[in-house]
Amino acid sequence: MSAVTRTAPAPRPAGGIGKSVRDSLVIARRNLIRMSRIPEMVLFGLIQPVMFVVLFTYVFGGSIQVGGSLSSQDYREFLMAGIFAQTVTFATAGAGAGIADDMHKGLIDRFRSLPMARGAVLTGRTVADLVQTALTLVVLALVALLIGWRTHENVGKILAGFALLLLLGYAFSWIGALIGLSVRTPEAATSGGLIWLFPLTFISNAFVDSNNLPTFFRHIAEWNPFSTTVQACRELFGNLPPGFKTPDAWPMQHPVLASVLWSILILVVFRTLAVRKYRSAAA
Amino acid sequence: MSGAIYAEGLVKTFGDVKALDGVDLDVPEATVLGLLGPNGAGKTTAVRCLTTLLTPDSGKAFVAGIDVLKHPNEVRRSIGLSGQFAAVDEYLTGRENLQMVGQLYEMRAKEAKERAGELLERFHLADAADRPSKTYSGGMRRRLDLAAALVVSPPVMFMDEPTTGLDPRNRQQLWEVIQELVAGGTTLLLTTQYLEEADHLAHDICVVDHGRVIARGTADQLKAQIGGERVEVVVHEPDHITTAVEVLTGFGKGEATVDRHTRKLTVPVTGGAKLLAEVIRELDTRGIEIDDIGLRRPTLDDVFISLTGHLAEVKDEENGANGANGDSDAKGAAAAKDKHKKEAAP
Repeated sequence: MSAVTRTAPAPRPAGGIGKSVRDSLVIARRNLIRMSRIPEMVLFGLIQPVMFVVLFTYVFGGSIQVGGSLSSQDYREFLMAGIFAQTVTFATAGAGAGIADDMHKGLIDRFRSLPMARGAVLTGRTVADLVQTALTLVVLALVALLIGWRTHENVGKILAGFALLLLLGYAFSWIGALIGLSVRTPEAATSGGLIWLFPLTFISNAFVDSNNLPTFFRHIAEWNPFSTTVQACRELFGNLPPGFKTPDAWPMQHPVLASVLWSILILVVFRTLAVRKYRSAAA
Repeated sequence: MSGAIYAEGLVKTFGDVKALDGVDLDVPEATVLGLLGPNGAGKTTAVRCLTTLLTPDSGKAFVAGIDVLKHPNEVRRSIGLSGQFAAVDEYLTGRENLQMVGQLYEMRAKEAKERAGELLERFHLADAADRPSKTYSGGMRRRLDLAAALVVSPPVMFMDEPTTGLDPRNRQQLWEVIQELVAGGTTLLLTTQYLEEADHLAHDICVVDHGRVIARGTADQLKAQIGGERVEVVVHEPDHITTAVEVLTGFGKGEATVDRHTRKLTVPVTGGAKLLAEVIRELDTRGIEIDDIGLRRPTLDDVFISLTGHLAEVKDEENGANGANGDSDAKGAAAAKDKHKKEAAP
């Protein structure tokens, strides 16, 4: 018999979670191979945050007052958690564009016609994005160290800070997945994935002391999930400037817990919506 | 319920367009059903409903004896789908693409690797196996897409316009693969816009238009229904037309049509080349000089004119991009409708 009509091998028994994990890893591997074949995408993903660090540090560094300090070293340390957090949220756009591209090219159809675990295509994509985000964070942290960023806490706390950042990034990539499944073209997914990130990341404590914002914006900033992660990282890295007055809002008083809760909430809600959308995707 | 693919009363509406308007299908095991129709007829929507990609608004569907609506994941284990798009990851190599699909069909990594190797050989892709599929030609990508659908040798295959846009050599190769598959016991549902293709490959043909099956039967039955072959004669002298019509009517199975301007006469016949030879002899005996004579097989256009009163739309590049989208399939139906009217007018 020729290759075409070969007898099918008996499928191996598939347990629910085991199969989910296996399928997700197959898809994650596929996306990582893709990324390695489009190195310019990874490179652009790195250049942007590095550019932000340099711009904010040297352009605003001398003029922005954080806490009671006008020292540019204090601002530099204050700023970094904001840039890290902003960088992880930008993974949203990548996940969205990738999934929209798969829809557009008919690959999602191929996957949906295979006996795969429900969420594996999306989980695989978001996990691959998480790997890329982690890589970006490492490079960004090295650049930050080069231009004078320092931490003042033990290694455990610093790693915990980065773990919170990755968790936030992972949760946000599911928002991207939902956007990617909802738009018609990869281009729309890229702009749709980015546009809302600007107000989200700027109406926050990422680049300025949120105490100085007008009341309305200050409340938004203090409850913004993005701000809680930034605040948590500043605490864990020991990057709060001397004389900084922590706002009274609950998330700012308990930033680590608030950050974890926010990320898990976003993850659960958007994963559910995205998987449902994937099941019915008619593209 | 009997066949390997069975559908009853499938309805699917997109907005106010009925993409499927009560489609019944029954494909016996190890046979090929050709779903023949123009763009927007509902062919792709039917395939998408049967392959679990779309949920029909109403109706029943069974594939390999499994209820498509109740147990979609079991159906997915038994089917292979190859679309009009080459749905492969362009940044992955041919080998990586096939291995990935194998693993997603629940093969072990080693098994998936072996199977990928076999298929790459079979589809003449071994030389290009380790190049990203981005670098492949259209025909190569299509072969890779088909190979991906065959990774587990599924008992039931769906091919949505497998040869659209392929050159004759690639089309021929694909036809051979399809025939081999069916000889091996695979049941196949194939959509096509080419009567020739359905004629060549399919045991049974369903002609669909505007979401409905408007005719079904074997290729021969359909051709009989639309009048079989035609003899076309161009006479040299306008004065000979009347006599020539007499001759042709004698041999024909229906009215001869005459275009006086081009001096072209057409008559439906049965009897093939042998009859053509007789016609030529008779015309010669009567001293009618001819510029051209030929036996014309019925075309898709003939089927559509005869069955629907309008012309089938010719496939163009742009429509290829619409095909993967169920939504625009339906929109295409509306557009195709308008186009038919225009084309049929002259």
